Amino acid sequence: MKKFSLSLSAVMLTLLLLCPSLLPASGKPLRVAIIAPSAQNDLAFTQSIVDGIKAIQKDREIDLAITDGTFVVEDAAAAIRDYAKKGYDLVIAHGSQYGGSLKEIAPDFPDIAFAWGTAADTFGLPNVSSYEAASDEGGYVMGVMAAAMSKKGGVGVVGPIEVGDAKLYVDGFVQGAKAQNSKIRAKVNYIGSFSDVALAAEAARAHIAAGADVLTGTAQMVVGAIGAARSKRVAWFGTQANQTELAPEIVVASQVYKWEVILKQILADMDNGVKGGKMYDINLANNGIVIKFNDAYKLAPGVKEAGMKAIAGIKDGSIKTGHK
Amino acid sequence: MSDSFAVMIVVATIASGIRLATPFLLASLGEALGQRSGVLNLGVDGVMLLGAFGAYYTVLQTSNPYYGLLVGISIGLLIGLFYGFITLNLRAEQGVSGIGIYLFGLGMSDLFFQKFVGTPRPILPFMPLDIPVLSGLPVVGEMLFQHSIIVYIAFGLVPLMSFVLHRTTYGLNIRAIGENPEAADSLGVSVMATRYSAIIIGNGLAGLAGAALAIELGIFQQNLTNAMGFIAIALVYFGAWSPKGVMIGSLVFGMVQSIVLQCKTFGVIPRSASDLAAMAPAVITILALVIVAKRFKQPSALTKPYVRGG
Repeated sequence: MKKFSLSLSAVMLTLLLLCPSLLPASGKPLRVAIIAPSAQNDLAFTQSIVDGIKAIQKDREIDLAITDGTFVVEDAAAAIRDYAKKGYDLVIAHGSQYGGSLKEIAPDFPDIAFAWGTAADTFGLPNVSSYEAASDEGGYVMGVMAAAMSKKGGVGVVGPIEVGDAKLYVDGFVQGAKAQNSKIRAKVNYIGSFSDVALAAEAARAHIAAGADVLTGTAQMVVGAIGAARSKRVAWFGTQANQTELAPEIVVASQVYKWEVILKQILADMDNGVKGGKMYDINLANNGIVIKFNDAYKLAPGVKEAGMKAIAGIKDGSIKTGHK
Repeated sequence: MSDSFAVMIVVATIASGIRLATPFLLASLGEALGQRSGVLNLGVDGVMLLGAFGAYYTVLQTSNPYYGLLVGISIGLLIGLFYGFITLNLRAEQGVSGIGIYLFGLGMSDLFFQKFVGTPRPILPFMPLDIPVLSGLPVVGEMLFQHSIIVYIAFGLVPLMSFVLHRTTYGLNIRAIGENPEAADSLGVSVMATRYSAIIIGNGLAGLAGAALAIELGIFQQNLTNAMGFIAIALVYFGAWSPKGVMIGSLVFGMVQSIVLQCKTFGVIPRSASDLAAMAPAVITILALVIVAKRFKQPSALTKPYVRGG
């Protein structure tokens, strides 16, 4: 009997060593920290990553810590280092502006896995992963639909600063609008801030005055632009999270990020001992990006169909968004 | 571009500049009043944030923007009372106390928002006020007379405050204690009471500025003011502590922001220069400050606590 027990223990130990993914099931939850620039319920960039982890929490025990509102990079850097010191298994720096800090901090904690985005650079570090959203794809789809529904022949974009997934989304939107209607006036206004809600509102009003009857925008400050569009009853396309509840009467559809798609891959790699050095991306094909339509918004015939056609074309590769 | 379209764009640009200037004007009028009495308040932005959240939450609950304005002002008045106690009774250093108020407002407004609201939810904004005859005037009507009530309140306060400061005994007292509190005290003016009132009213206006911003935008989110309160303090120096000067400063700042936005919309400013252009209002304000600072003198007793016989 004693021999049998020893043999069984040896088999169990071997199994655990060969298959480390079984380890979390033994009781210790995975500790994940998110550091993000805006509020965790901003209906935009930060909420998208928090929703992603929460989706995974349904299947896996995760001890989640969030430090949000770190518009100041130095504050974010302090939080990243603090979580690493506390021994969190995965520290997610959710903001392309945090790259410089991560590059300095990650080498000091070789046993901790770091992930940051939206970006495509791991700095050659074995414990840093990067992730990106192919927001140009959703942007393209939105642009196609916006051009299809514009009666005045003008669409407007309110952007923050021309970087990261904001630039991808804006470029994709303009490309899609022009693909649908080569004569469309697609005007872009980068306001130079991720947080100036009042300026975003005025940028939206400037677009409307310039003849745009369909608007879109990206980043946290667009709540102001949505309010301005709402007051003038101008249609709005959202991105990053489902923005329908901000203005159900004008939001046509939203590009929604499903970060859980790549977070699952990152966690699976960690289970297999890979702490970084890889790049991940969400897109329409891997269902990391989905287009959520607002069913309450009555679309003109053909608009949704144009959007669905664009989605199918991007997925099968027959449509290129102009990126990469 | 047709002539009528060009006129429409000019009208939209000026109207936008006026809207953008309004919160700055309200906050800087309040700060100017406090500084004229000799008290600096660097916490304007924090007061604005708390006023903004209070107003937003009130409108969310009641759907009445006017109740929101009242709550925003009330919050400002209360913080003014508190700030007065710290700086006048406890004689705390004004710069540090102001930063404390700012950090308090920044943190508490976000905490309250997370606790009581969570996800941003739109509220009923102010509708443009239809002023009989004037709002119907071609060009000028849309430019100047189709704004919400808060815009008229803000610009209406400019002559009112000028009158109070320059034509009333109370205004004379404020100016006197801001320049020479000992002399004012020797003539029987209560330095403490006058400064208290100026601080309370000034903070009330900062609360109103925050409330106006939240209600005008119809939303609240973390750090909604985006450091507007600090710009408002700079505009007080720009405006040489006079209501008219502060109004001009606010309008210049708002108009530059608006013009830059329009230029970006029409591609006059290329996208490659977009971020540089976004700095234009701040750069112009700093340049103006440099010029103005040489021509005007700040209130002599500014930031100096008053101790009778001290």
